[in-house]
Amino acid sequence: MRELIEIQNVFRTYVDDKENQVEALFDINLSVREGEFISIIGPSGCGKTTLLRLLAGLDAPTSGALSINRHEIKSPDPERGYVFQQGSLFPWLTVEKNIASGLKARGVYQKQKQDISHYIQLIGLAGFEKSYPHQISGGMAQRVAIARALINRPAALLLDEPMGALDSFTRADLQEKLLELWKKNNTTMMLVTHDVDEAIFLSDRIVIMTPRPGKISEILKIDLPRPRDRAGIDFAGIRSSILEKLHLASTRQPPEYEI
Amino acid sequence: MSINLLKNSSILAPSLKRGRPSLNKIPSQHNILNIRNLRPALHNISNTRYLLSILFTVSGLLLAQLANWYFPQLAESEIKIYEINLFEAALFKLNIMGAYSIVLFAMIFIYLVIGVYSYFDPDRRIEYIQRAPFRFVSGIGLALWDILGTKTLLLPQPFFPGPSRILEALLMEGGFIFENTLYSLRLFTAGFVSGVVIGVVTGILIGWFPKIYYWVYPVLKITGVIPAVAWMPFALTLFPTPFLAATFLIVISAWFPVAFLTAQGIASTQKVYYEVAKTLGARTSFLVFRVAIPNAMPHIFTGISTANAYAFTTLVISEMMGQPGGLGYYINASRVWSAYYKVFAAIIIMAILFSLIMWGIGVIQRWALRWQRGLVK
Ligand SMILES: Nc1ncnc2c1ncn2[C@@H]1O[C@H](COP(=O)(O)OP(=O)(O)OP(=O)(O)O)[C@@H](O)[C@H]1O
Ligand SMILES: [Mg+2]
Repeated sequence: MRELIEIQNVFRTYVDDKENQVEALFDINLSVREGEFISIIGPSGCGKTTLLRLLAGLDAPTSGALSINRHEIKSPDPERGYVFQQGSLFPWLTVEKNIASGLKARGVYQKQKQDISHYIQLIGLAGFEKSYPHQISGGMAQRVAIARALINRPAALLLDEPMGALDSFTRADLQEKLLELWKKNNTTMMLVTHDVDEAIFLSDRIVIMTPRPGKISEILKIDLPRPRDRAGIDFAGIRSSILEKLHLASTRQPPEYEI
Repeated sequence: MSINLLKNSSILAPSLKRGRPSLNKIPSQHNILNIRNLRPALHNISNTRYLLSILFTVSGLLLAQLANWYFPQLAESEIKIYEINLFEAALFKLNIMGAYSIVLFAMIFIYLVIGVYSYFDPDRRIEYIQRAPFRFVSGIGLALWDILGTKTLLLPQPFFPGPSRILEALLMEGGFIFENTLYSLRLFTAGFVSGVVIGVVTGILIGWFPKIYYWVYPVLKITGVIPAVAWMPFALTLFPTPFLAATFLIVISAWFPVAFLTAQGIASTQKVYYEVAKTLGARTSFLVFRVAIPNAMPHIFTGISTANAYAFTTLVISEMMGQPGGLGYYINASRVWSAYYKVFAAIIIMAILFSLIMWGIGVIQRWALRWQRGLVK
């Protein structure tokens, strides 16, 4: 498989209100193959969102280069779908119209509107087309957000803790939906998560990041056959090794908030 | 941090892996949202109780009707008979008691119709029953007013004529009042509609372009709080007709709140909505028309409601200060002759007009903001 996303020597430094420099990303290097499922995991503040926003083109690196299909990433583009942590559905549009807004934004609504019902079926929300976001559950809302990004058939889907606010049942449900969509469309997935099990269950590779400065401490290849058994011995082994690494990573660093 | 991870990692039992009931098997939305079936029994009102409540509602007006016909006219004032030529087709002879009686009957009829209409809907039944005491007391109030005013002249005259005396204004010069009402409506519509349109457009520009915000917003803030009628002297000299001058004043008074709130609504759009739209491939026009403006809609409607009140005030004041027609003009003209019953007639018509306009705006607002239903209280 060929390389799709290339991240080379990327730094991103923020200057906060008190003129302190925060190195959100420090020398990030990563290349992602087409159709790969990557999870990014790490303690709060290690720059996961920052990295994803750079990939989306919503923010620019202080130095370094990001590219997709050998084109430099400069601005947002529907070829890179983005799913926000929560609450990103337009509250004034129904489920159906929220999904349709993906098409309308690109001006291809007339041509592709028959896709909408297909995606509604795919995320299992048939019967809720006319509901407004506040009338559906958080898990349903995240599925709508995913469908809205996917209807543009992006080459890569960037997901920033899309299941962060969900209970474990809904979360497991959504994880399988995500795998289903991934297999079906061969979309390259980059998922930020706090949940080690989620990362192991879904990913081809797991990127472990550490904060202050935010950098990649390790990239783990997960070779378990799919569908994966969360209760399996191999699964448990990988889990404890990741937890250990994360634990080390978080104790080695100074405390997150100094008072 | 690590505690959190451990909790998550142990939580997923193997049984969760397959065969989870998927959410699309949830009964259709229609069933979920049909709350009416779940209403507690106490809300079910018996038919007898409901019919009694209808009777209660209209009995106040029936009493007013009785007072109208059977309470003796003690005051020595003349009850004239007017000839009403209805659309050149039928000729009625009517005195003020007859006219008042028709109005009372019309009200009774309306309450009966609402009663029958609400009979079939449990929610409306409750509403009807809740309103019954108020409607009853209004009837009693009319009866008392009639007795103390027109019948006995116990209230200070000519400032407080009774309800039937107020109707006399319509009997005497209904056509003239109608013309003035039309004049007011024309003036109001011209000013209010253009004021709202201009307000929305400028509000969007101010909210969207930082440069325009910088230059125009302070001007808006300072000039906006000045009551529009303060510009009257300029308006009257600058515009060729009084109608245009008044339109201009109403435009200003409607423009300010709409522009102000529209700008706020646009500026308060959360960044995440713009970012979502951009990642979906949106261009600027999408960001303005499908993100910022829908987001500003609740603000815009708050602005329109405020504008409605301002515009109405400006309408009446400017009519009283130099218009060749309109209800404000009519009030002024009647006051000169101490014809306070005419003043009251005009005020009542204004109240009805204003309520109707408010109601119309409310209907549009509920439709445009239907997505908010259940989101805000
Ligand atoms: N706009 C900004 N201005 C200043 N500092 C910022 C900004 N955005 C992020 N940062 C800083 O950059 C660092 C990384 O932030 P980021 O949001 O990427 O972390 P994260 O890994 O996504 O954390 P979490 O898991 O809590 O979401 C943090 O220290 C944060 O304070
Ligand atoms: Mg984050």
